[in-house]
Formats: sequence, structure tokens, C-alpha cells
Amino acid sequence: MRLELLLPIILPLFAGALSLALWRSLWLQRALAVVMTLAMTLAGAWLLHSVSGEGYLVTDMGGWEAPFGITLVADIMAAIMVLMTGVMGLIVTVYSLGSIPEGHERFGYYPLMHLLLAGVAGAFLTGDIFNLFVWFEVLLLASFALMTLGGERAQMEGAIKYVTLNLFASAIFLSAVGITYGMLGTLNMADIAQKVGQLEPEDTGMITVVAMMYMVAFGIKAAAFPLFFWLPASYHTPPVAVSALFAALLTKVGVYALFRFFTLIFDQDVSYTHGIMLWAGALGMLAGVLGAAAQFEFRRILAFHSVSQIGYMIVALALMSPLAILGGIFYIVHHMIVKSALFLVSGVTYRLMGSHELKDLGGFYKHRPGLAVLFLIQALALAGIPPLFGFFAKFAVIRAGIEAGEFVVAGVGLLVGLLTLYSMIKIWAEVFWKKVPDHVTDTDRLTGVVADSSIWLLYLPLILMAIATVALGLFGQPFYTLVEAGAHQLLNPEGYIEAVLGRGE
Amino acid sequence: MELLMAITIGVLTACGIYLILRARTFPVVLGLTLLSHGVNLFLFSMGRLTLAAPAVLGDSSHHADPLPQALVLTAIVIGFAMTAFVVVLALRAAVELRSDHVDGADPDEDLR
Repeated sequence: MRLELLLPIILPLFAGALSLALWRSLWLQRALAVVMTLAMTLAGAWLLHSVSGEGYLVTDMGGWEAPFGITLVADIMAAIMVLMTGVMGLIVTVYSLGSIPEGHERFGYYPLMHLLLAGVAGAFLTGDIFNLFVWFEVLLLASFALMTLGGERAQMEGAIKYVTLNLFASAIFLSAVGITYGMLGTLNMADIAQKVGQLEPEDTGMITVVAMMYMVAFGIKAAAFPLFFWLPASYHTPPVAVSALFAALLTKVGVYALFRFFTLIFDQDVSYTHGIMLWAGALGMLAGVLGAAAQFEFRRILAFHSVSQIGYMIVALALMSPLAILGGIFYIVHHMIVKSALFLVSGVTYRLMGSHELKDLGGFYKHRPGLAVLFLIQALALAGIPPLFGFFAKFAVIRAGIEAGEFVVAGVGLLVGLLTLYSMIKIWAEVFWKKVPDHVTDTDRLTGVVADSSIWLLYLPLILMAIATVALGLFGQPFYTLVEAGAHQLLNPEGYIEAVLGRGE
Repeated sequence: MELLMAITIGVLTACGIYLILRARTFPVVLGLTLLSHGVNLFLFSMGRLTLAAPAVLGDSSHHADPLPQALVLTAIVIGFAMTAFVVVLALRAAVELRSDHVDGADPDEDLR
């Protein structure tokens, strides 16, 4: 029994239940949220520390030995993801303290957030496919409620698409779990991986079918091309703190599941499954960035860019070389920080000028130069300008593409980097550089005539994230070494199988 | 029995997908429900269909696989919660948007 493996799941679950008990006291709920996300971050760091020393951490729940019981497994990638979940939870919580309307807080914002974090951490750590389904549903239900909290018209419209498509994905996922069990008689990922390798040649066709079902199910959840339509329809509707949390975590769970399944289990027919992913990723990059170019609403631009960034991660997975997988993990971490930071910036501009439309915003460079710098760091990182963290993520993926001889995909990656810069410059020119538009009369908050006492709660997370983006770019060597070991683990699944099944013999 | 199960699952799934593709929220909710029923039956049949056999390992050599039954039970509970949420969401959306169209407003409304 390894405590650090259980804490990231138990802490938020417990805090969620406790928050419900503290329903009437908003102050206690807020304090608990900060304490819990901080504790989860520390637990994630502890987990990462243990994993980087030992390679794999495995615990059988309830003492039922693998492959019969539910097993929790952490390798380096899972531990990094859990740590990032805690960090993003903490950052968004601090931001929420200053930005979430009290009406939302009264109707269970914090309990739902805890449950969402528990579901995400569970999905990262489980080693059992049906258990993964259950964690998916836990986080989905929490995300459904968070997305509709407040009940504005736009939220309802976006939520219906989000809910329907995600439930459809769950149905496909569950069918795939059924076929997997029917064929192999096991639900344990390591055991499945082992048994898939021992199948007779005539059964491998069915395995490819199951692999495609998992690819579609996780592809919908990850917003991969051409299954991303729920994301631009819904991500701009909830309060900005919720959008930032979703952008950081929800799609990444889908991407993580793709990484896990298509390195551990379905590495049999790589040219077919990974060939599809390569082009889905490349087209996703293009579709997302072109969609963003056509948008003139701050949050919609960011939502479309998520689709394009997910494309890079899928391409990284499809290339399946050590450098590509390393780039993929880099990209996931980079995107978690940058995309939620940009969403949080859009929250500050909304707070100061009361609009998300680019035409109604302006004058921030003159009146809020600090915010302009915080935006610029993340925007340049998103476009992949050195020496920021995003550059190294993009560089690794594109370099891996060239090494694999996929010049078209690498070229698309470079082009999309340029187009990303175009969108970011569009926001920069409209929101920051442009003068305050003439039709905007209410500029008292922007110019500071009306004091805003709690706005430092919005700036604090942004400053921390900007430091993270710069520091991971400039002093990234230890992180690089760690992720390199993580990529090595993913590409050599024997270690994972041995760690889960080979104990005590 | 295999044929009956296969036809049932097929019909449920086909009806479910047809209804999900409708443009009104109520058929979509019904479609999601039918689809989840189809998937649950499918999951259940993946443990192989056995008649008159206990679901526990014991003295009898003839037994049913208990694991899919446990999985289906979990899936039904989750599906129930999800359906409840979707029904409330659809109702709230219909009230809020004054339309039960999935896009929030009926694009053909002016034509009628």
C-alpha cells in the first residue's frame, strides 16, 4: 500500500464530501478548497518524487491481486499529470476566489471542483479499463454541472452538445470495454497488453477494431480531429475560471488515455492505427488554427486553438519515437499552463471592460502594462517562440516528425505555429495595443478610477504561470531528463507489465 | 437466445442513434437512453450467455461469468445518473431558450 498513490484521489473526494457538509459556510468552503488543492499538489510532488526514484508504483486495491482486482499504477507520465492536476487546481481555485460570482459558489462550485479533480486524478492513476470508465463518468458529471452552473442561455446551448457528445463517447468506450473483456477475459491494462501480444494472427483484426473504438471514444473526449465539435461550441460559455480548468484538464485526460492505450496495449498494428492518428493530428492542427483565425471573440479564439494544440499531441503520439513521446508530454504540460493562463487573462479583461468581444476591448497596454506582459509571455509560448517552454515542446515534436520522414506533417506543424502567432497578434493588437474604442464609455475600472480590491487574486495565478513558462524554458534540463525517462517507460511497456503482474514471484 | 439478444441490441442501438440525430432535445435524450440500454445488454452478453447457472464459483462446474453482471450493474447506475442530469438539462434549456432545438433556436422557424 503506497500512500502517495492514493492521496491524490482520496484528498479531493474527501474534500468534496466535506464541502457538501459545509454547504452554508462559503468561507469554510473557500478555505478548504485552497488547503485541499495545495495538499493535492504536495501529494502529486511526493508521488512524482517516489516514481522518479523507483520507476513504477503499484497498489492493488482491497488486497485483490492483479489482474483480478482494481490496480492503481503510476509511472512518470501519470505522476507528472497528477502533479499538474494539483497545480492547476490550486491556481484556478485562487483565481476563483476573486472571480466566481457568489451565486455560483452557493450552488456547489467548490464541491463540484473537488469531484472533478478526483475524477481526473483517478483516470490518470488507474490501471484497469473499467475503472477508467468510472473515473471518466465521475469527472464528466462534475464537468456537466460546472459547465451549466449559473444557467445562462449560452451555457445551456453549449452544454447540450457537450453532454450529448460526451455521453455518446462513453457508450462507445463501454462497448469497447465489453469487447475487450469478451475477447481476453480481463480488464487489467497490463494483463490486456500481455494477452494482446499472445493472440493468434486471425484475432488481430478484431483487436484493430477495438483499437479504433477506443480511438474514437478518447478522440471525442480529447477533441481530436474530426471529433472536436463540442469543444468550440461549449468552452467559451461557462465562467472563465471553469473554462481555464476544463482547458487544462478535460481534454488532457482524453489525450493521456490515448497515450496510455496506444503505447501500452495497441502497439501491434502501428502503421494502421498510428497512421490514422498522424493525419488526424495534422488536420486537427490546421482545422483548429484556421477556425481560430475566423473568430473575433477572445475565448472562442482560445477554444479553437485548443483543438490545434491537441493536434500536436496526437501527432507526437502517432510518431512513436522517443523524441516524439517526450515532445508529446512536454506539449501536454506546456498546454495545460499556457492555455489556462490565456483563459485567465481573458477573465481579467472581461472584469475590467465587461466584454469578451475583441471590438469592445482595447487600451490595456496603456492602462495595464503588467497584464500585457503576462499575456505576451503566454501568447509567444503558445506560438512557440524561444526560449519559452512552448518552443521546446514544438521543437521536439517537429524534429521527431522530420526524423521519421513525415515532412508534410512537420511542415504543417511549422505553418500552424505561424498561424498561431497570427491569432495571438490579432488579440494583442485588438485588446492591448488598440486605443479604448470610442463606443465604450464605461472605462472607470480599466483606468483604475474605481478601485478593485480583489483583483490581485486574479493576477497572482497569472504571475506564477508566467514564471513557470519562462523557467521551464530557461532551466528545463532536470524536467527534460525526467520526461525523457517517462518517454522511455511509455515506449517499453514490458516494464509496466512486469511492475503490475510480476510482483511477489 | 444469441440471435434474440443480437437483434435486440442492434435494434436498440439503431433506434438510439437515429433519435440522437434528431434536432429536438427530447428525442436526443430518449436516444441516449436507448443507446445506453443497448450498450448495457452488449456488455452483459460479453460474459457469454448461460442459462440456469449460478454466478459464483463453487461446487458446480457449470456457472455464469459474474464479472459482466457487476460491470452492467455499475454501468446502469451511472447511466441512470447521467440520464437524470440530461433530462433536467434539457428541461432547463427548453425553458431558458424557449425552444427545444439543440442549437437553441429553430433555424426553420420563420418558414412555418
